Amino acid sequence: MSYTRGGNRVLRDLSMQIAPGATALLGPSGSGKSTILRLLNRLADPDEGVVRMHGDDVRAVDVLALRRRAMLVPQLPAPLPGTVAENVRYGPSLIDREVEVAPLLERAGLDGGYAERDAAQLSVGEQQRVMLARALALEPEVLLLDEPTSALDETARDEIERTLLDLRERVSIVLVSHDRAQAERLTTRTVRIEAGAVAP
Amino acid sequence: MTGIATSLGQVAGTLALIAVAIAVSFWRKADLEEDIAVAVVRSFVQLTIVGYVIKAIFDSDSLWLVVLLLAFMVVFGAWTARGRAKAVPHAFVPLLIALATAAAVTLGMVLVLNVFEPKPRFMVPVGGMVIGNAMTSASVALNRLADEIHDKANLIEATLALGATARQATVRLVARGLRSGLIPLIDQTKTTGVVFFPGTMVGALLGGATPLNAVRLQLILLWTLLGAAALSSLIATTLAQSRFFTPSHQLVEPPPP
Repeated sequence: MSYTRGGNRVLRDLSMQIAPGATALLGPSGSGKSTILRLLNRLADPDEGVVRMHGDDVRAVDVLALRRRAMLVPQLPAPLPGTVAENVRYGPSLIDREVEVAPLLERAGLDGGYAERDAAQLSVGEQQRVMLARALALEPEVLLLDEPTSALDETARDEIERTLLDLRERVSIVLVSHDRAQAERLTTRTVRIEAGAVAP
Repeated sequence: MTGIATSLGQVAGTLALIAVAIAVSFWRKADLEEDIAVAVVRSFVQLTIVGYVIKAIFDSDSLWLVVLLLAFMVVFGAWTARGRAKAVPHAFVPLLIALATAAAVTLGMVLVLNVFEPKPRFMVPVGGMVIGNAMTSASVALNRLADEIHDKANLIEATLALGATARQATVRLVARGLRSGLIPLIDQTKTTGVVFFPGTMVGALLGGATPLNAVRLQLILLWTLLGAAALSSLIATTLAQSRFFTPSHQLVEPPPP
């Protein structure tokens, strides 16, 4: 598939398969890795080509349901105004579903005491965990992680990585990273992206 | 209410105050002399033309001509507001619907409630004020909405990623746009009579109305304008909101990578 943005060809004739499990998209900044994630959950559509999930063209399925199945966790935390619990409940509330907040926070590496704290007042590392808990609340098939530790210090990065290692046993992961060592720690397959295409 | 007669000489006399404004600008190097001169000439030409048009409509006593004039004001108002709300994609149609609805509903209500007679003498000035205020509120609301969507594109995408529709992802931003469109008029309504005397009341007093009648007329207009502004801002933001998104709930202009 190909994708152009603002006159720049971000992806060019890219063709790849992502199997269930943990996969890393590795490459330098600007190589088009994050764009691939955006195409996987249809925050954008390719100019040419097709994205398929389990063999189905993603444009043929309900886009909101697709985004709940292939859940993007953004590079920088983007908490909604309100408490941590309100953030975690937001996605399920859109489909009239209720969730227990504390177990989700614990899966994301935060204790239940965070539930009533203002999400905007947390550290970036804590907010990133809230983003993970918020994503897990919708029980996605796959987590699309866009450089989830890029804004964190080493300690917070190690904690998030431990959480992701635990999560990958239960949910597929597509991790975008420019850090080869991190890709090796967290995933079992690596696809190298360079200049908008899969590197040979 | 009795009539008030003003000669061209009296109008020319107030140019002395324009000279003061130009002098202030020149003295303090505000570089507004040319703008002030253009504003004076334009206001004279535009209002004189409008005066003759209104005189012709008053003389004809035709409601169809009033409707035609108001329709022209709605189209011109929507066009002007579109120019102010440049960051909103294809804003003309939402603004046109917003202004037309606000004008039709509010003027229709004051007629149904028998507040004014259905005569050009009342409908033209009240219609002009309603459409002008509706235009200002709608364009302020749309500008704020565009700024919010641009500034919070990352948060919007994160919300869309959770399975929210475009409308759900922008509900708070639309509310902020609406507030921006309405707050100036609400503040004006709150402070009226205390901080300033509104134009209609001043005009009625100058025209010879009793103070209580002038106050009642002003209240009717203020509340009508508030209703029109609320309607136009609501309709404009609601209709324009979808223009920032594709039918697949994607931002037309995604955040920078």
